Amino acid sequence: MKRESALVTRDTQYTVRNPLLSFLRALSAVVWKDLSAEMRSRELLSAMLVFALLVILIFNFALDLDPKTRQESTITAGVLWVIFTFAGTLGLNRSMAVEKDRGCIDGLLLAPVDRSAIYFGKTIANLVFMLIVEIIVLPIYSLLYNVNLFQPGLLLVTLLGSVGYVAVGTLLATMAVQARTRDVLLPILLFPVVLPIVLSAVKASGGFLDGIEMTEIRPWLNLLVVYDIIFIAIAFMVFDFVVEE
Amino acid sequence: MQTKPRLLTVLDFVTAALFVLAIGMVFFYAPLEAVMGQVQRVFYFHVAAGWVGMLSFLVAAIAGVVYLTSSNRKWDIVSLSAIEIGIVFAFINIVSGSIWARPIWNTWWTWDPRLTTATVMELIYAAYLMLRQGIEDPDRRARFGAVYAIVGFVSVPLTFFSARLFRTIHPIVIGTNQAGAEGDFDMTPMMLQTFMFSLLTFTFVFADLLWHRIRVGWLAEKVEQLRLKTIQ
Repeated sequence: MKRESALVTRDTQYTVRNPLLSFLRALSAVVWKDLSAEMRSRELLSAMLVFALLVILIFNFALDLDPKTRQESTITAGVLWVIFTFAGTLGLNRSMAVEKDRGCIDGLLLAPVDRSAIYFGKTIANLVFMLIVEIIVLPIYSLLYNVNLFQPGLLLVTLLGSVGYVAVGTLLATMAVQARTRDVLLPILLFPVVLPIVLSAVKASGGFLDGIEMTEIRPWLNLLVVYDIIFIAIAFMVFDFVVEE
Repeated sequence: MQTKPRLLTVLDFVTAALFVLAIGMVFFYAPLEAVMGQVQRVFYFHVAAGWVGMLSFLVAAIAGVVYLTSSNRKWDIVSLSAIEIGIVFAFINIVSGSIWARPIWNTWWTWDPRLTTATVMELIYAAYLMLRQGIEDPDRRARFGAVYAIVGFVSVPLTFFSARLFRTIHPIVIGTNQAGAEGDFDMTPMMLQTFMFSLLTFTFVFADLLWHRIRVGWLAEKVEQLRLKTIQ
């Protein structure tokens, strides 16, 4: 009993003393909650990974993916981004659905922390999941089709693209899971809005794979960065209205 | 029920008169374009419809912001009404563009930035309607609608710029044309007058339709409230 009250006073002191520190603590708590839940169940990552491999398999037969028969690497960049987008949708949907199903989101909202800490926490956790999938898919793809995908430029594009995708995806997934038609709604909401990021990521990745000069790739990179900034800012501003009861 | 305001009746008649006049100007006042011939006349309503589409999506996004800050249901109805009108006019814009493109570009469709952006815009606002359909709680529906109207509208210019980085063949009405634009032409003063008049007419059509649609929205809301009352 005594210990409990001591803990409470210490926590409130933290909140009062340093708002930035308490924000970071809340944020890391949300991220940690998602990561440790995933470490135990592994249902989200395994689903995303198996799905990604299946997409590679389907594309292998639908299109000829062997680089020897294809002159340009646009197809590689395109296929990679289709995999990331689809697997990402799967992960986003699941990550918000588990919050909604057991009423966990209500618990999160009752916590006396800033709502943006919840948004950024969920976004960072989703980003980690997406990056893990990408880190596993890239070497597998390199191995299967004998192309070197481990170029710094390509990795940078993958990171920038994933940040933007997850930033707007987390916001829209939060809305989609609260709707009646939630399983089908997220891709329909997300894909038209996220199109500029997929487009510029595909072009920039293709550019790096083809070894095009930096001056030609830079406009696409600029667009990616601009998109990331704009959508993080907007999602940060409107997230409150999406979770409000 | 609220009676129809007199100003709205006046607006109806003015809009109808302007529209008849605009059709007359397009077919009889504007001169025949030297290279493209008669099909160029679709230009006046093609651009005007596109303008109304963009205008209504802008109105919807602004109404969304106002709704989120004020939580007054009125603005949600404005936002929804503007988007419904915008979808129709953006579609008219796409179809009339295709009719123009067939003889000039020799294809119904090409993945030009403007065409791509127009398509994505239609899809975004179709998704908006689907999102609204999936939510029963009116307050939440209004909030989500406003959020998506804002996010969608912000994404449209980015889509345009990203597609613009590819080479374009669509002529630019305002600003300088890139080399390689096909179907470009210089407007004579009479053409410019007809063009401006079409823009004005379509803006009136937009305002008139929006007013009517908002009134329908109010009535729908009243019906819903009455139904809830009788159930209780």
